[in-house]
Amino acid sequence: MPEVTYIEFNGTAHRVDVPHGSSVMRGAVDNNVPGIDADCGGECACATCHVYVDPAWLDKTGLPEPGSQEASMLSFAAVAEPNSRLSCQIKMTDALAGLIVRMPEGQH
Amino acid sequence: MNTPIELDHRANAYSLPLDTLDVSDPRLFYDDVWPPYFERLRREDPVHFTPASPYGPYWSVTKYRDIVQVEVNHKAFSSSDDFGGIMINDAPKGMERTSFIRMDPPEHDEQRREVSSTVNPITLAKMEDLIRDRTNMVLDGLPRGQTFNWVERVSIELTSMMLATLFDYPIEHKARLIRWSDTFICDINAPDAPVRSEEARFAEQMRFAEHMNEIWEERANKPKSFDVISILAHGEATNRMTLRQRMGILILFLVGGNDTTRNSMSGGVLGLSRFPEQFRKLRENPDLIASAVSEIVRWQTPVIHMRRTAVADGEIGGKPIKAGEKVVIWYISGNRDEEVIERPDELIVDRKRPREHMSFGFGIHRCLGNRLAELQLRILWEEILRRDLEIEVVDRPVYAYSNFLHAIRSLPVRIAA
Repeated sequence: MPEVTYIEFNGTAHRVDVPHGSSVMRGAVDNNVPGIDADCGGECACATCHVYVDPAWLDKTGLPEPGSQEASMLSFAAVAEPNSRLSCQIKMTDALAGLIVRMPEGQH
Repeated sequence: MNTPIELDHRANAYSLPLDTLDVSDPRLFYDDVWPPYFERLRREDPVHFTPASPYGPYWSVTKYRDIVQVEVNHKAFSSSDDFGGIMINDAPKGMERTSFIRMDPPEHDEQRREVSSTVNPITLAKMEDLIRDRTNMVLDGLPRGQTFNWVERVSIELTSMMLATLFDYPIEHKARLIRWSDTFICDINAPDAPVRSEEARFAEQMRFAEHMNEIWEERANKPKSFDVISILAHGEATNRMTLRQRMGILILFLVGGNDTTRNSMSGGVLGLSRFPEQFRKLRENPDLIASAVSEIVRWQTPVIHMRRTAVADGEIGGKPIKAGEKVVIWYISGNRDEEVIERPDELIVDRKRPREHMSFGFGIHRCLGNRLAELQLRILWEEILRRDLEIEVVDRPVYAYSNFLHAIRSLPVRIAA
C-alpha cells in the first residue's frame, strides 16, 4: 500500500499505509492521526480535513478546480494557503506513494 | 413537556394520512413529542411534500444523506432572503434582516470570509482562560441542596457573557443582549413571545441596530481590535454597510452565539440525566469529554431546521422538486437517522465518529461558531467533572414553542449539598 506522511502542526510525523482508492483523510482518521477532524465524513461539505500538500507533491495531487465545492469550502478554512487541499478529496494511487501533507494550526 | 399529553403520539404519527402530516407545527417541539412523526417520514416518505401548512406548501427532507446533498448543492437550493430566506416562515417582506446566512455566493462568501477569523480555532485558543474563569465563577456560585433553573443560572449566564465578550459590550448589560436575541428569534405565536407581530419585532430590531450602530461608529474611529464589531467596522467587505445590513449581521452573531450553545449546555445535563450510565462512564473517563460534547450537540440538535428555496427544477432522493418550492431540511431528524447513526435516540458518550453529526449543518453555510460552541461546552464539562457535581434533574424541562430552535426554557435541577 502506498505510504503517506502526515505531519502535525507541532511537527510530529506519522507514516501510514493508505489503501488504493481510499482518501488521504480516511488514512488519517482510520489510524488515529490527530489534527484531521473530518466532521462530514468525506462529503466535501465541511473544511475540517484541511491539509497543506508538500510543494514537491503538488504536481501529482493537483489543486482544486476554481469554482469547485472543494475550492469554495477551502476559502472559508482558518488558514488556507496556495497548497491547501481537503484531504477527503485526494484519492490514493501508486503515483502518490510517499506523499507528505502537513496539518494546519486548527481545523475550522 | 409543557402540558399533560393524553394522545398516543406514536399511534397518531403512524395513523395520520401522509399528506396531512405536517411536522412544522411548533407544538410538536413545545410538547416534546416530535420523534415518531419524523421517524415515520424517514421510514415511509423521507422526502415528503406537505401541500398545506400555516407556512404554505413545503418539502421536508428528513434523512441525513439527503440533507447533506441539499446543503452541498447551494446553487440549486438558495438561502437568499429574495426567495424567503432560511426559515420555513418566510422572511417578512420589507422587514428582512439580511446577512450572509441569508445570501448566496458571491456576496455570501465575501462577508463570511471577513468575519470568520473572530471565531476560528487560532483566535479561540486565546479565549480559553477567560472562558474557564467565568465557568468556574458560575459553577462555584450555584446553590447546593435546593432546586434552581439550570438554564438561567448556567446556560444563559455563560453564553451571555460570551456574547458580551465577542461584541466587547459592557458585561453588566449582558441581559439586554439576551432579551434582544429572544425577541428576534421567537415564534410570535408562542405563549411567552416578547413580541406579537413582525412589525413589533422589526421595530425592536431597529432599536437594537441604532444602539449597536453607535458602538460601530466609535470602533470605526479607533484602531482595529479583536471584537466582532470592530472587525466589521474595519473590514473591507463590511465597513460601508448600511444600517439595515449592520442590523442583519449583528443579529446573526447575536442569535447564533446565544440560543444555540445555551441549549447544548442545558441539553447535556438533561441528556446525561436520562442516560445515567453514560454520565457514570464520563465521570470515570474524563478523556471522553471531547467526544461527549459532540454527542451532546447531536442529541440536542439546537437548530431544528433550515429552509432553502429551489431555484430550478431538480430532484431530491428521487422526488421531483420544482423551481420556487420551499425545501425544509430537518436537522433534528437527520441526527436521528438510524441508517447513519446507530441507536440514534440514545446519548452515547463514547460513540464511534461522534463528530459526524449535522447539528452544525454542512456546506458553505456550516455553523461559523461551531468551534466556540465546542470550546465552551468542553470547559463546562471539564469543570463540572473536576468538581464531581452530582446534578439531579428534578422536573420535566420546558421547551420553547418553536419549529426553528430546539430551546430549553427551564430545567429544574438540584446539586447535592
